[in-house]
Amino acid sequence: MNTVHVVQHEVPLAWYLLLSAVLFCLGIVGFLIKRNLITMFMSIELMLNAVNLSFVTFAHQWHQVRGQIFVFFVMMVAAAEAAVGLAIIIAVFRTRATLAVDRIDLMKL
Amino acid sequence: MNENLHLWLIPLLPFAGFLLNGLLGRRLPKAVVTSVALLAPLASLLLVLNAYRLAFNSSSLPHVETFGNWINVGALHVDFSFVLDQLSLVMLLVITGVGFLIHIYSVGYMHEEEGYWRYFAYLNLFLFFMTVLVLAGNALLMFVGWEGVGLASYLLIGFWFQKTVAADAGKKAFIVNRIGDFGFLIGLFFLLALFGTLTFSELAEKIAANPAMTGGVLTTISICLLIGATGKSAQLPLYVWLPDAMEGPTPVSALIHAATMVTAGVYMIARTHFIFDRSPFALGAVALVGAATALFAATIGLVQTDIKRVLAYSTVSQLGYMFLGCGVAAYSAAIFHLMTHAFFKALLFLAAGSVIHALGGEQDMRKMGGLRKKIPITFWTMTMGVFAISGFPFMSAFYSKDAILAAAFASGNLGKIVWFAGLVTAALTAFYMFRLWYLTFFGESRNHDAHAHESSWVMLGPLVILAILSVGGGWIGADHFGAFLAPSVGTHLEEAGGSLQYIMMTLAVGAGALGWFVAHRMYHRSQTADGLSSASPAGYRVLANKYYVDEIYGAAVVRPLLAFSKYLLEWVVDVVILGGAAWLMGGMATFGGAILQRWQSGNLRSYAAWLTLGAAVLLAFVLAPYVFNSGTVMFWAGH
Repeated sequence: MNTVHVVQHEVPLAWYLLLSAVLFCLGIVGFLIKRNLITMFMSIELMLNAVNLSFVTFAHQWHQVRGQIFVFFVMMVAAAEAAVGLAIIIAVFRTRATLAVDRIDLMKL
Repeated sequence: MNENLHLWLIPLLPFAGFLLNGLLGRRLPKAVVTSVALLAPLASLLLVLNAYRLAFNSSSLPHVETFGNWINVGALHVDFSFVLDQLSLVMLLVITGVGFLIHIYSVGYMHEEEGYWRYFAYLNLFLFFMTVLVLAGNALLMFVGWEGVGLASYLLIGFWFQKTVAADAGKKAFIVNRIGDFGFLIGLFFLLALFGTLTFSELAEKIAANPAMTGGVLTTISICLLIGATGKSAQLPLYVWLPDAMEGPTPVSALIHAATMVTAGVYMIARTHFIFDRSPFALGAVALVGAATALFAATIGLVQTDIKRVLAYSTVSQLGYMFLGCGVAAYSAAIFHLMTHAFFKALLFLAAGSVIHALGGEQDMRKMGGLRKKIPITFWTMTMGVFAISGFPFMSAFYSKDAILAAAFASGNLGKIVWFAGLVTAALTAFYMFRLWYLTFFGESRNHDAHAHESSWVMLGPLVILAILSVGGGWIGADHFGAFLAPSVGTHLEEAGGSLQYIMMTLAVGAGALGWFVAHRMYHRSQTADGLSSASPAGYRVLANKYYVDEIYGAAVVRPLLAFSKYLLEWVVDVVILGGAAWLMGGMATFGGAILQRWQSGNLRSYAAWLTLGAAVLLAFVLAPYVFNSGTVMFWAGH
């Protein structure tokens, strides 16, 4: 029986990392330039997921399960953060009737 | 033989009384405070009496009890050890015995006081420290007691701290004593450096093993110890605190500033006599200090008008006698006089307290007079005290003073000089004591609004007991007493021998009689207290102002010190250096804050930008070596 040699046409590692970097930079830019609190929040999520992507990539590359476990941790933290953060955003909106970060500046000296 | 006497109980029982009354006394009923305060010294007295069984079996003395190690650093080993020998037995008996009597007296004297519990707490605390001082087997433990009695003295002088004079007198006593304590401490350091131990018995052995060791460093040590003794025992030049200490309650003056604490210096010299014995110079200094103080204080005592101040200067003068005795190496005579003095001076103070009590707080003798019939028991007991201190034949001081004078006369040329000073002092002593006696008890009353009344028996009882002791306290005789103390303080040729002894005795009695005669002539009939002022106005003024010593000390020491503190320490050190440094630090923090506060804009997007910038800088640091592969950057990145 001939061994069927399945050639795996894998996507190269660099592509994943490049995608991760692009996503991360988009997150940063969004975080910096957007004025809406919810959009900023979403940008943070984007950054987290960009990092998750590189974790998974390396885990796959080095056959290490640790990276994947770490992803779960990040996701869990992100979920908790979303719960808390959205609650804060709602509370802010209720009192200030706006989500424009430039106008949420009560902590200014 | 090595029976356990539980010596630790002797100081600790009064300490327990102090704790109980000091912590809870405010809430306890007066009867409980009284019984606690009286039972503690009574129990100590009984323990001391129990310890006296050993005294007649000289092989069991000194009796040492060690309660564990205190300090163990390098070469320094100090134990909590108490030593019972003939010397400490005599002292303990005086302290707990006279102390107990004065505690009883205080119950009557202080019964109306607000701080009744506080008073007895302090008094018990004093007994604790004083017994520690006397029992201590090494100089460091003795120093603990030494400082402790100073504390108790301070607290009791300032007992009526609402009065500025009393509070000031307490501070003066404490500060003047510090000067003496400084000398004592330096002496201890020398001893430690030289012999590596502070235990008295070991020191004595080491010095005895070195017969060639005389003068030199031992003189230095002795002089340091003498400075310590002059502070505590109110000798020249540090006597100034004792007359002011009369601001305290009268029983305190009797116990602390006459009978016990002020004799600690004499006790200390007797305890370390093996050092003084090796230094003729130091002994001479002790004798001269004693003789000068005796004479000096007696002359001031001639003109004082406050009944307690007469007694205070008399105490200084009598302490001078004891120093004189120590200075001619007649330690047992000095301790003998210490004991009789404790009896008659406690009696005199307590009787004076009874007089003051009878007159509702009047202390000025010019406003007394004619009290003989009104307070007869006080009069008779005080008479015993006056006769005793004046050296009337067969009274206690007759024996002890005679022993000191005889020893002084027998010890060389310096001895003759101090003997003469002592003899003159004896005449002066008799004069001022009889002056006090006549002014207080004879003639017509010079205070018409006072209704004099005799004190209660709580106060009179101790007076009677002390009167008996003042009369009979010397009957044991200096020779027997010296023989008893010999194992502790060494033997000494005190007998002037044969007819000379009787001549000395006659001279001393004659001096006393002369003083009485002059006082009788001046004050028996005369109704004024200032008979001396008309005789020699200038001399009187100098004496009434106590030789201006307080003024001289004020100008020479206190005022320069205050000026130094005010201008240099307050203005230069405090305001300029410390204040400037504090101002500089505060200014830097304020300035830094003013700059850094710009970051705290409250603008979320600016925070985000800084956060990103920080992350970017960190990333740049981490990645830089890989990107540039340069040594400098690697160094900065910490690789």
